[in-house]
Amino acid sequence: MIAIKDLHKSYKIGKNFLHVLKGINLDVEEGELVAIMGSSGSGKSTLLNILGMLDVADKGSYTLDAVPIKDLDETKAAKYRNKFLGFIFQSFNLINYKSALENVALPLYYQKVGRKERNEKAMQYLEKVGLADWAEHLPSELSGGQKQRIAIARALAAEPKVLLADEPTGALDSTTSYEVMQLIQDINDEGKTILVVTHEDDIAAMCKRVVRLKDGVIIEDEKVNQVRASDYV
Amino acid sequence: MFSKDSWQEIFETISKNKLRTFLSGFTVALGIFIFVILFGFGNGLKNSFQEFFMDDATNIFRLFPGRTTVPHNGFKSGRDIEFDNDDLAAIQKNFAFQLQYITPRIQRNYTVKYKNKSNNYGLRAVAPGHQQAEKTIMMKGRFINNQDVLNKTKYAVIGRLVEQDIFKGEDALGKFIDIGKRSFKVVGVFQDDGGDNEERFVYVPYTTNQLIEKNTDKVGQIIVAFKPIIGYQGAMEFETELMAFMKKRHDISSKDEGAIYLRNVAEDLKQNQEFGSLLQMVVTFVGIGTLIAGIIGISNIMVYVVKERTKELGIRKAIGATPRMVIAMILQESIFITTAAGYVGLFSGIFVLNSMGNSLDDYFINNPYIDMGTAVFATVLLIIFGGIAGYVPARRAARIKPIEALNDE
Repeated sequence: MIAIKDLHKSYKIGKNFLHVLKGINLDVEEGELVAIMGSSGSGKSTLLNILGMLDVADKGSYTLDAVPIKDLDETKAAKYRNKFLGFIFQSFNLINYKSALENVALPLYYQKVGRKERNEKAMQYLEKVGLADWAEHLPSELSGGQKQRIAIARALAAEPKVLLADEPTGALDSTTSYEVMQLIQDINDEGKTILVVTHEDDIAAMCKRVVRLKDGVIIEDEKVNQVRASDYV
Repeated sequence: MFSKDSWQEIFETISKNKLRTFLSGFTVALGIFIFVILFGFGNGLKNSFQEFFMDDATNIFRLFPGRTTVPHNGFKSGRDIEFDNDDLAAIQKNFAFQLQYITPRIQRNYTVKYKNKSNNYGLRAVAPGHQQAEKTIMMKGRFINNQDVLNKTKYAVIGRLVEQDIFKGEDALGKFIDIGKRSFKVVGVFQDDGGDNEERFVYVPYTTNQLIEKNTDKVGQIIVAFKPIIGYQGAMEFETELMAFMKKRHDISSKDEGAIYLRNVAEDLKQNQEFGSLLQMVVTFVGIGTLIAGIIGISNIMVYVVKERTKELGIRKAIGATPRMVIAMILQESIFITTAAGYVGLFSGIFVLNSMGNSLDDYFINNPYIDMGTAVFATVLLIIFGGIAGYVPARRAARIKPIEALNDE
């Protein structure tokens, strides 16, 4: 599903270049649930941003669902993102003046799906994350866990190939974190490929594979025995 | 771009961001409103100006007799010139093509008396054409007519303030007044836009006055009105010909500048029009200034709006909005708001101007108005610049990497 080879990325800070990714090689099969771990500054968020086409690598190749991702301009990147990827952010990034339903329906608006159909579809995904009753509420009226579930519903609505989650539980308490992870595991069980960036060991343990980054290189890549989040709840 | 769906998206955004909508709309509405009001005031100023300076007919020459300064045909210099009835007839006969009407004006001062009230007023002995030349407006009764001139009737037409002064609320029409030692019947009362002094005159037929003054045929000054159709150029030629004609009739050297004075209102008119267009320029300048202020206002608001929405735009981009979609959304929204608000400002401005009417007459603003073309043009201009002002920051926002926009708190 994902194949990256010899990926490099550096940032210019003042007059110096900060080499963040120093040759990353990673293959992810369909249906995997991969945790990308590392301390801050290890390059894990940068890697995720490049995978998410929110940022561009300096060097190396990236293939997503057999499509080589290169020569990205903003328009092309936006189309690929809409088609291939769903994002889950630490700070949820819901549009605060839109209701839960409208937030979930927004990716479908950009896929030019008709209003009626996209609201129906959005409603289905709200049901899936257990928030159908909250469809008309604004994000400000929801708890952190609810917001993240709305964000997950939004990420799913576009029916992407891959879900990219950047510290999805970073802003949540542990009980709520496990609920969100349970949802992510359920989605993964249905066959969706998911990448989760985290620095929490218990969250990583709920994935099927853990990739550790340090100073811009992968230092460890192993399959783990998945801990079911439902055990904690 | 302008599908039903995108409109729905925009209406949602507008209705859920009321403060933002209000701010940008208010700027535009206020800009247009002030523009309409100021431009209207400028036009009102022009109206007052025209009323002041264009009180009299503009197609007339005034001929004043003077004293010769050059000896000619055996006459010494220093001879007094006088016009008489024959001059009137000769001008009428020779310039039938250019002439619209001709009237003498003999000006005297008399004590005018009704019952025991009396006062001093200027008397003007004239022909019917004088009404047009002075733009005298009849309030009641009539002006001097040809019959009066022919029959040398003892009829008088008095000014509004004369009636007010000596009739004390009584209706002057049909009453007899004493002008000097003779009794005249009042056949009309007039008013004049030229101001109070113009309404303290008494008009009588010039022939009657000549009869009173020992049956003389002298006429004082002569007012000649030309047909407006001959135009400015024709009027200038007419002036030259008329002057030569009169000099010849009175044995005056063509080089004599003092024997006859001719005041050409057409020349005054031209000067007045030049001043009028200066006023127009001031009005236009004020208008452009207001518009520029409005454009700067809407630009600032648009920069603020896009800045405020940076994160939202980042989210939209992350979930699949292309840069074009982002720009289109912001533009469509800003153009919609500026258009709606522009027309609100436009019509409230016009409404205020219309309801003002003559209430600001004391400040020399008379009937302020703005023509629809100018007002709509200004509104459209502001909409276009509102669009450009929205486009620049929108394009920048569309270019920002979503990840940067998302980190923008």
